[in-house]
Amino acid sequence: MSKPLLKVQDVRVHFPVETGGWFQREKKVLKAVDGISFELQPGETLGVVGESGCGKSTLARAILGLIKPTRGRVVWMGEDMASLDPESLRQKRKELQIVFQDPLAALNPRLNVGEIIAEPLKTFYPSMQRVQIRERVKGMLKMVGLLPNQINRYPHEFSGGQCQRIGIARALILNPKLIVCDEPVSALDVSIQAQIINLLKDLQRKLQLSLVFIAHDLSVVRHISDRIMVMYLGRAMEIACKGTIYRRPLHPYTSALVKAVPIPDPVKERRKRETGLTGHVPSPLHPPSGCVFRTRCPYAVERCEADVPPLRALSDDGLVACHEAENFDLSIARSEEE
Amino acid sequence: MPGSIRAFGTKTMADNPALESANDAFAQALEQPEVQGRSLWQDAWHRLLKNRAAVVSGTLLLILLLLVIFGPMLSPYDFDYTDWDNIYHAPSLANGHVFGTDAVGRDLFVRTLVGGRISLLVGLVATLVSLLIGVTYGAVAGYFGGRLDQTMMRLVDIFYAMPFMFLVILLMVVFGRHIVLIFVAIGAVNWLDMARIVRGQTLSLKNTDYVEAAKVCGVKPAAIIRRHILPNLLGVVMVYVTLTIPQVILVESFLSFLGLGVQEPMTSWGALVNDGAQDMESAPWMLVFPALFLTVTLYCLNYIGDGLRDALDPKDHL
Amino acid sequence: MRWTRRTIYEAGAGYQASTGTIEMSLLEVRNLTVSFDTPEGEVHAVNGIDFSLEPGETLAVVGESGSGKSQTALSLLGLLAENGRAVGEARYRGRDLLSMTATELNEIRGEQIAMIFQDPMTSLNPYMSIEQQMLEVLYRHRRMKKAEARERAVEMLRQVQIPDPEQRIRQYPHEYSGGMQQRVMIAMGLLCEPDLLIADEPTTALDVTVQHQISRLMRHLRTNSNTAILLITHDLGVVAGLCDKVLVMYAGQVMEFGSVEDIFYRPQHPYTRGLLRSVPRLDRGDESGMHAIPGNPPNLLELPAGCPFRDRCESAFESCVQMPPLEQLPGGGLKRCHLEAADE
Repeated sequence: MSKPLLKVQDVRVHFPVETGGWFQREKKVLKAVDGISFELQPGETLGVVGESGCGKSTLARAILGLIKPTRGRVVWMGEDMASLDPESLRQKRKELQIVFQDPLAALNPRLNVGEIIAEPLKTFYPSMQRVQIRERVKGMLKMVGLLPNQINRYPHEFSGGQCQRIGIARALILNPKLIVCDEPVSALDVSIQAQIINLLKDLQRKLQLSLVFIAHDLSVVRHISDRIMVMYLGRAMEIACKGTIYRRPLHPYTSALVKAVPIPDPVKERRKRETGLTGHVPSPLHPPSGCVFRTRCPYAVERCEADVPPLRALSDDGLVACHEAENFDLSIARSEEE
Repeated sequence: MPGSIRAFGTKTMADNPALESANDAFAQALEQPEVQGRSLWQDAWHRLLKNRAAVVSGTLLLILLLLVIFGPMLSPYDFDYTDWDNIYHAPSLANGHVFGTDAVGRDLFVRTLVGGRISLLVGLVATLVSLLIGVTYGAVAGYFGGRLDQTMMRLVDIFYAMPFMFLVILLMVVFGRHIVLIFVAIGAVNWLDMARIVRGQTLSLKNTDYVEAAKVCGVKPAAIIRRHILPNLLGVVMVYVTLTIPQVILVESFLSFLGLGVQEPMTSWGALVNDGAQDMESAPWMLVFPALFLTVTLYCLNYIGDGLRDALDPKDHL
Repeated sequence: MRWTRRTIYEAGAGYQASTGTIEMSLLEVRNLTVSFDTPEGEVHAVNGIDFSLEPGETLAVVGESGSGKSQTALSLLGLLAENGRAVGEARYRGRDLLSMTATELNEIRGEQIAMIFQDPMTSLNPYMSIEQQMLEVLYRHRRMKKAEARERAVEMLRQVQIPDPEQRIRQYPHEYSGGMQQRVMIAMGLLCEPDLLIADEPTTALDVTVQHQISRLMRHLRTNSNTAILLITHDLGVVAGLCDKVLVMYAGQVMEFGSVEDIFYRPQHPYTRGLLRSVPRLDRGDESGMHAIPGNPPNLLELPAGCPFRDRCESAFESCVQMPPLEQLPGGGLKRCHLEAADE
C-alpha cells in the first residue's frame, strides 16, 4: 500500500455551549465530532454518510483546517495540519479544496464566472498574466462541461447544476490532490445529480484526485465511493468498502440506512421491511452513554449502555463499532428484494 | 506559470455518456465569441429604471443639483449683496428678485441656491465621512469577530452615549465656528449607525459558503473583505446612505436653527427656513421657497432610497 | 359540524345528479393556468393542466424544479405569491376554489382541505405550544369544548406516533425534532378529518430514516381513513410507496399521467423514463452506473417552442418543434409526446 495522502487520527471537535437560565449557567460541550480516524490513499474516494447532526460537515471542515480539532490530528502528506503556521497552512490550500452543497450560495453573486474561477490563481500566482489566467479559466470551464464563451456571465444566470460545475472548476483550478465534497448533489434535481456525480468521477480518474464525498443517504455515494464511512452522533459506526456495506452491513444503523432508501418500484417499495429503528435521534448535547446508537438500536443489550464499542475489524474489508455485530445477520438478501 | 500545472485535454467530455449529446453544441460554441453577462448591479439598475417614483425623483434631484451649482451664476445678484431699494420685497419678475428679498434686501433666489449648496454639501460630505469610517470599522469588527469585535463595538457604544449636541458645542468652542466642523461633527456621529449596520451584515455574510470557499482558496482576509464582503453589503449601505443624506441635512438645519450652523452672510436651507419662520406672517415667501427646496430634496432622496431597496432586494421577485 | 359538510356534499351531489353529469370527483381541476408577473415579463408556471381526485385516492404530482408542481398546489388554496395569478377551474365538491373569496377559502382550509409543507418549522407558530395550536383549529372549525378538544388532539398525536402525547402536547415546536414537527403538522392537518390533504414535499427536508417513517405513516393513514391525498414531490421512491395515480409535470405541462403501475413499469414518455432511470437505487447492482438526463432544468423565461423537453430529450425528432397534444393511452393514461408507444 502506498503512503496515505490523508491520515485522520482520533479527531474530536467539541464546541462549548452555554445553556440554562439566568441564574444557573450550565457549560455543556457539544461533541460534533468525537474520535474519528481513517486514512485516505491517493486517488481513493471515501464516502461519508450520516443524517443531519452527525458531524459530517464539521469533520469536513476539520479536514480542511477551517476548524482546529479539539483533540487528535489531521495529517496531510506526513505533516500535522495543526502544527503549521498560518502561511504554510495557506500554501496547503492549493492541495485541499471543497465543493459545497448549495451551488448558488457558494458563488459570490457580484463576481462573474471568470473572476470566481480565477480567484485562487490570482491569490497564489499574483504575477500570472491576465491572458494566461483567462486561458486557464476557459480550459477549466471546458473541462467541467461548460461553454468557455460563458466566462463573463454571472452565477444567477446559470442553473443549479451549472453553478455546481462552476464550483467544481474553482476547486480544480489549483490542481488539488483532495477535494472534500460536502453534499454536492443534495440540492440538485434528480435528473441533474447523476451529471455531477459522473463529472466528479470522470475528473477524479483523469486528474488522480482523492475525494471525501459527504452525503446524507447511502444511495448517492454508492457510485462514486471506494469505501464508505457511516457516522452517527459524531462517531463512526462502520467503515467498509462499498462492495460489502450494501450487501452485508455489519452495523444495525447501516442496515437501517440501506433499508430507508426508497425504491422507485411500487411492488418492492410496498413489500419492503421496516428499518427496525425506534425512537428519535438524541440531542448531541446529551448523547447516550456507551454506544451512542443504543437508544434506537433494535439489538441493544445491557453491555451497550456501559461500554463504548470500539471500531474493530470483523471481516477483512470493514470496521464496525458494535459489541454484538457477530451475533446477528443483517445481510440484505438481494434475491428477496427482487 | 509554474510547471506543475497540468495541460488540459481537449476531449474531456467525450467519454461521458450523459453529456455526449451536448458535444455538438459544444464544438460549435467553442468558436463563438464570449457572451456578455448581466451582473446583479445591472439587474438592479434596470429594476430601478422601472420604478417611476425613483426615476422622477432622480431627475428632479439632478435638475435641482444643476440649479444649485449653476443657478447663482445666472442671477445678477450676489448672495450677500443688499438691494437697498427692495427690502422685504415680495417675489416679482420686474425687479429680478423672482423669490423676493429678505429683511436686509438680499435676493432670496440666489440665497436659496447658495444655501442649497451648503446643505447638500453637508449632506454628501458628512455621509461620505460616515460611510468611509463606518463601513471599514464595521466590516473589520464583524469579519474578525471575537475579542476585537467586542472591543470595537463597546467603543461604539461609548460614542453613542456621548451627548451629540454637547459634542458639537464643545467643538465649536474649542475650534470656533467653521463649516468643516459641522461635517466632522455630523459625520462623527453618523458613522456609528453605519458601523453597526455593516457589522451586522458582515456577520451574516462571513458565514456564507462563498466566503468559506475563498478561505479554502487561501484568499487573505483583506481581500475577502474587499472582494466578497463589501460588494455584497453595498446594497444595504446604499439604501442607508440615501436615507442618511436627508437626515444629515435636517441635523444641519437644526444646528443652524440653534445658531450653531453656518455663519452669516453664508447660509443654508436650515438657516433660511429659520429666518423665514420668524417673518412667516409678513413675508411668507421667505419661508415657502427654501422650505420647498428642502422638502423636495428630502422627498426625492427618500423615494430613491425606497426604489433602491426594492431594486436591490431580489427576494420580492420570482 | 360534520353535519354541515355532509349537507353541502349531498346538495352538491344532488345538483350533479339532477343536471345529469357523470359522478362528481372530490377535486376536479380543469385548464389550470398559473402565471407570475415578473420584471422580466410574464412567467407561466403552470400551463392549463387537468386532473381529478376521487375520495380516498392518492395522486402524486411529480416534477423537478420549474415544473410548476408546487405552484399547482398553492394555487388551489389561494396561497400564490402576490404577483401570481391562477386562471381556470378547480372544483372541490362542485365549488370552484379559484373564484372563492378569502373568507370562503378560510372556511374550507384546515377543515375540509388540509395542507402540509416541506418545512414544518415555517408553518408552526414558535410562540405557541403544540396544544394551543391544535386546540385553536378545533375551536375554530369544530366549536369543541376544551376537554373534548384536548382529548381529540392527544388522540391525533398518538395516531401519528408521537411518544407520550399527553406530556409532549404541552411543548413548543422547537422542542420537537424535524421529523416530529412534520408528524405534528400531519396530525394538525388531520384534526378535522379533512377530505383532502395536500402535501407539498412533506419528506424532502427530512433525514432518510425519518423520511421513511413519515412515508410509512402517510401510507398507514391512507389505508385507515378516507382522506384523499394530493402529494407534490420530486421523490419517485416516495410516490412508489404511497400513490395510486401519478401526474408527471415538466415546465408547467403535463407530460404523462397514469396509474402508479403504468408510470413505474410501463413509462411512455421519454422524460418519465429518464427521471426513473436517474433515481439512484440500492435494490439493483452497481454495474449500471448513474444515469442523468442531459441539459438543464427548463428556464421558464426562455422555453423552446414546441415540446419543452425536446432539447434534453434523447429521442427528439423534427415533429418536436410542435407542441405534442395530450394523447389518451389505451390503459387510461395520458401522454404528451409525438413518439409512438414504446413497444414492450
